[in-house]
Amino acid sequence: MTTRIDRRMAKLKSEGRPALVTYFMGGDPDYDTSLAIMKALPGAGSDIIELGMPFSDPMADGPAIQAAGLRALKGGQTLVKTLKMASAFRAGDDETPIVLMGYYNPIYIYGVDRFLADAKASGIDGLIVVDLPPEMDEELCIPALKAGVNFIRLATPTTDDKRLPKVLENTSGFVYYVSMTGITGSALADTAKVAAAVKRIKGHTALPVCVGFGVKTAEQARIIGASADGVVVGTAIVNAVANVLGPKGEKTADPAEAVATLVSGLAQGVRSARLAAAE
Amino acid sequence: MNKPAMPNSFRTGPDEQGMFGIFGGRFVAETLMPLILDLEEQWNKAKNDPEFKAELQNLSTHYAGRPSKLYFAEGLTKHLREVSSAKGLGGGAKVYFKREDLNHTGSHKINNCLGQILLAKRMGKKRIIAETGAGQHGVASATVAARFGYPCVVYMGATDVARQSPNVFRMKLLGAEVRPVTAGHGTLKDAMNEALRDWVTNVEDTYYLIGTAAGPHPYPELVRDFQSVIGSEARAQMLEQEGRLPDTIIAAVGGGSNAIGLFHPFLDDNDVRIIGVEAGGRGLDGVEHCASMSAGSPGVLHGNRTYLLQNGDGQILDGHSISAGLDYPGVGPEHSWLRDSGRVEYVPILDDEALEAFQLTTRVEGIIPALESAHAIAHAMKIVPKMDKDQIVIVNLSGRGDKDVHTVAKMLGMEI
Repeated sequence: MTTRIDRRMAKLKSEGRPALVTYFMGGDPDYDTSLAIMKALPGAGSDIIELGMPFSDPMADGPAIQAAGLRALKGGQTLVKTLKMASAFRAGDDETPIVLMGYYNPIYIYGVDRFLADAKASGIDGLIVVDLPPEMDEELCIPALKAGVNFIRLATPTTDDKRLPKVLENTSGFVYYVSMTGITGSALADTAKVAAAVKRIKGHTALPVCVGFGVKTAEQARIIGASADGVVVGTAIVNAVANVLGPKGEKTADPAEAVATLVSGLAQGVRSARLAAAE
Repeated sequence: MNKPAMPNSFRTGPDEQGMFGIFGGRFVAETLMPLILDLEEQWNKAKNDPEFKAELQNLSTHYAGRPSKLYFAEGLTKHLREVSSAKGLGGGAKVYFKREDLNHTGSHKINNCLGQILLAKRMGKKRIIAETGAGQHGVASATVAARFGYPCVVYMGATDVARQSPNVFRMKLLGAEVRPVTAGHGTLKDAMNEALRDWVTNVEDTYYLIGTAAGPHPYPELVRDFQSVIGSEARAQMLEQEGRLPDTIIAAVGGGSNAIGLFHPFLDDNDVRIIGVEAGGRGLDGVEHCASMSAGSPGVLHGNRTYLLQNGDGQILDGHSISAGLDYPGVGPEHSWLRDSGRVEYVPILDDEALEAFQLTTRVEGIIPALESAHAIAHAMKIVPKMDKDQIVIVNLSGRGDKDVHTVAKMLGMEI
């Protein structure tokens, strides 16, 4: 069974370029604005969309994504609304893969079976749940795979060769390599180390490897894209939204346009990178 | 038989996955998994190593001042017997205090910190981080870090920094860096988030010294094991002093480390009634309380599944308690399991009731209890007058209340 993620990754491989994976926070600063941002992403050059589910206690996120989550929750965002947003997007775009990203508790409270059925119906293709390591696979990963939803796992610099097979075992769609230990939005890691890590992971899996944490500019996207199958950008996009919000949350410019401008630049960077395999 | 069969023992958890029934587990980011597995391995080795046990024993005796006393609270007992007579009941059980307030640093927190600093040393870590609510755990962490020569960073909610200023100063004197956390309500939950962010960033050299019996496996187990010295001592002391076990034991529950420490050695003594006291704050009707087991539901936060205060969307609520140490919207996973299995009762005590117990204990015993411990005493004040005179209650006096005098003065409308 192939998913939109598999199909998109195969297509990009045949084109010989890495994917641009864009994260934004669902509901930030409000539902309508956020949906407009989501709709603008494919046209600006995003290949895969990560739709952030806000959580009150995002333990692995830095200040930018914490603040975005709080803005979204204050704006009334819930998991129900995040799924509704995916449906609304899907009505106009049946190709671009959507990956939901967040923490487990809202899903657990929603109910795992009900969540998977509703996510599938909303056109969700994959899940990244930060606080579900392979040791907790029975919770959501296995049910998701059975439901035909990709479960994308994070691999990190602390995931050594001994542990990698366990991390990769039930992973599908792609592997998300977190390029450093730390929270989202920190400084970019040493790019030579990132390339070596991607090579190491590829020695264990045929899945595409996308790299995130710390990528902010087109130039960084180009460098990372030279060795990885995809480049994930999150904090920079969330900041682009924050930058056009005034002290009281009022919009000083169009957030969707601000995000589109940033993503277009990043897309150029990614597209100028050649996959090592294609050279 | 409609009732589920009781387990043969309540003392065998957690299982290999770190679960107490459906509670507990390892809900953490992948970055932390190798560390948690390493900690588990080191802990399993250490707990059976005579050298480790001897070193901890030596420090407990000569540095922390253990064993702590089991003290017959004659003044409080007399007072509650008068209350009982006035109600025409003519009863009133004997009340004993387990005096964890007499430990070095003034609370039970030192028991766990000594154990964990020895683990950090074995693991070759170079830096200690901790979270703190009331500052008791922060002070104990800063103390062992000073004693063993480690740099120490303590995360503390900004609200707690303000209401527990004496402890903040103590930590600074001990050489620790106190980092105030302004997110959320600026309480223990927010401090724990920030400590986890530090840990995930500095995994190579940093040991996270968790202060309560919560978090990802193996923390709930190892903190419980280090704190179980409270109950083991109390059980032996009671047998020696009264020749029998107590009828009821009571402890305050925030995250639940002092409570699980007292309870665990008594769990299989079926005739001993065990009561955990949660922070009822300003009442369970609204959101201004921290009674996660009385008014919450199971969810996943800070690495474990446990009872939490949360809304219908799975967002965690901030809660409220007069006591910074109980101001946490969750609880250790073993307590959640003990609640559902029915072995332990969990009840709420309001801010005002705790304040009254604080004042009464100070007056009739000459002991200023921590506001956390005052919650446990407040519940004893409710049930002891209804008990018989030949019955016995142990209350865990988990810490001393010097740190709380500013909060209490403010509540009473006094200037100091």
